[in-house]
Amino acid sequence: MGMTITEKIIAAHAQKEKVTPGELVQVKIDLALANDITAPLSIKELEKQKIDRIFDPDKVVLVADHNTPCKDIASAQNVKLMRDFARKYGISHFFEGGKAGIEHVLLPEEGLIAPGDLVIGADSHTCTYGALGAFSTGMGSTDIAASWVLGETWLRVPESILFLYEGKRKSFVTGKDLILFTIGKIGVDGARYCAMEFRGSVISELSLDERFTMANMAVEAGAKNGIMEADSKVLSYVSGRTSHLSRVYQSDPDARWKEIIEIDVSSLEPQVAFPHLPSNTHSVYSIPQIEIDQVVIGSCTNGRIEDLKMAAQVLKGREVHPRVRLLIFPGTPSVIKQAEKEGLLRIFLEAGGIVAPPSCGPCLGGHLGVLAEGEKCVSTTNRNFLGRMGHIKSEVYLASPYVAASSAVAGYIAAPDEI
Amino acid sequence: MIISGKALKYGDNIDTDVIIPARYLTSTDPAELAQHCLEGLDPTFCEKASSAGILVAGKNFGCGSSREHAPLAIKASGVKAVIAASFARIFYRNAVNIGLPILESEEAAEKIKEGDQLEIDLDKGEIKNLTSGETFKVSPFPPFLQEIIERGGLMNLVKEKVNSR
Ligand code: SF4
Repeated sequence: MGMTITEKIIAAHAQKEKVTPGELVQVKIDLALANDITAPLSIKELEKQKIDRIFDPDKVVLVADHNTPCKDIASAQNVKLMRDFARKYGISHFFEGGKAGIEHVLLPEEGLIAPGDLVIGADSHTCTYGALGAFSTGMGSTDIAASWVLGETWLRVPESILFLYEGKRKSFVTGKDLILFTIGKIGVDGARYCAMEFRGSVISELSLDERFTMANMAVEAGAKNGIMEADSKVLSYVSGRTSHLSRVYQSDPDARWKEIIEIDVSSLEPQVAFPHLPSNTHSVYSIPQIEIDQVVIGSCTNGRIEDLKMAAQVLKGREVHPRVRLLIFPGTPSVIKQAEKEGLLRIFLEAGGIVAPPSCGPCLGGHLGVLAEGEKCVSTTNRNFLGRMGHIKSEVYLASPYVAASSAVAGYIAAPDEI
Repeated sequence: MIISGKALKYGDNIDTDVIIPARYLTSTDPAELAQHCLEGLDPTFCEKASSAGILVAGKNFGCGSSREHAPLAIKASGVKAVIAASFARIFYRNAVNIGLPILESEEAAEKIKEGDQLEIDLDKGEIKNLTSGETFKVSPFPPFLQEIIERGGLMNLVKEKVNSR
């Protein structure tokens, strides 16, 4: 019996010919990431244990993106802890200030990920890099600390579920809509412990930015990782960025699938996930008029240049509804630069939007856009859990940049062809 | 090891944001985190946890972010073990790594009621409901995870490896 992409990458890193789902293996890692929320716990754990060796400083990545630019003294202390740690061990991939961006937008952009890599991160959305044909998954701070010391970690080989997307997409149906629809279909634990492999002619047509969006939300279905074949689009993206070797894998024709789910996208409409689960999805055309207070466009899900272009396409020459605050969070400094070059920032500012620095900011209810009691927000982020963006009685509706931007103009949740 | 306590029962998909909201994550102090544990769902949780002891929940417990602050907060709140119909995978790893006992049983999670007196035998993989008289079997951890638990967490194992190199 053949293997899936996920199994092949794990086998290669476990130095084995073959692995089977369910098996526990020790794997070598290519990169281990932590951020300003999770790294402090890892660093303190190492200090507590009096361990002062790092297996390879070039394979450790530290990004200050969650509570930055530092929102308070405690956050500043946490970033200082990371900075001192990076200096002590000569960790070159430490990103802060004008070099920092949202980690999962930043790492691929910096060329730190190549197809076939095995990457772990103390952040659940580490699964984003599956869009490049890498195996990547989130873990906690202790697991990451252990991997920094040993250069390896343990994994249970996941079963794989194959998602096949075929058909012709309607207007304004994006990668975000495909993944929201998929999570709505299988539920927030529909792929628990599994690998989600996304394939089909629709996936091949998607831009890389839309593929990142899809892989990013695999964890919202409980998956260990989301993965796609590294095709020519991926290879041209990574060439010139990364200095390390791409290892391109495809699932064998006789690979073992836990399930094969075929999705015909032809009748799919833009999706909105209602509070308080990403699986509470509805077609935007089928919902009542829901008045909103805030719109957030950005995050590791939809903070890339293609996302900003979608938003700008809607906002050009229009104005944000007087009741609504529109917050735009480009993912990284280079996304901002590109947006500036293409005139997108001007469109956002003229529409009455706020352009914020690259940061996780409101996505996790951290800062720069926290919601008050009873407020409703349309967001291009990935989670709408109870109290995620602020007050426990606030509400988050997840959608694509198209729907988010249109809602900002309408003052209620709407698609571009409804405003 | 035997753990006994009263059941505190909650529903499905209890996510890490509600276990410990992000605004408290600037702290890494378990005692401080514990004060806000599950406060959005149940403002009296922290108070109840220290006297009740065993958290019982539905499926997909601990879904969402990778924040290890979540199991740390639960542990420091006085919860001695978590029983759930199923756990989200990152939470599962984190709990094992920091030494918070977790047990997966759909049947136990369904049948145990709020306030039931429970007795857990971790070695045998058994949950006894002293209130109803029922006993639930839990499948044991794979040997490697059992080893982590016995050493009192992953870092102790790492330290041994480092010292033996
Ligand atoms: S943007 Fe949101 S989901 Fe992404 S890493 Fe930041 S906090 Fe997490």
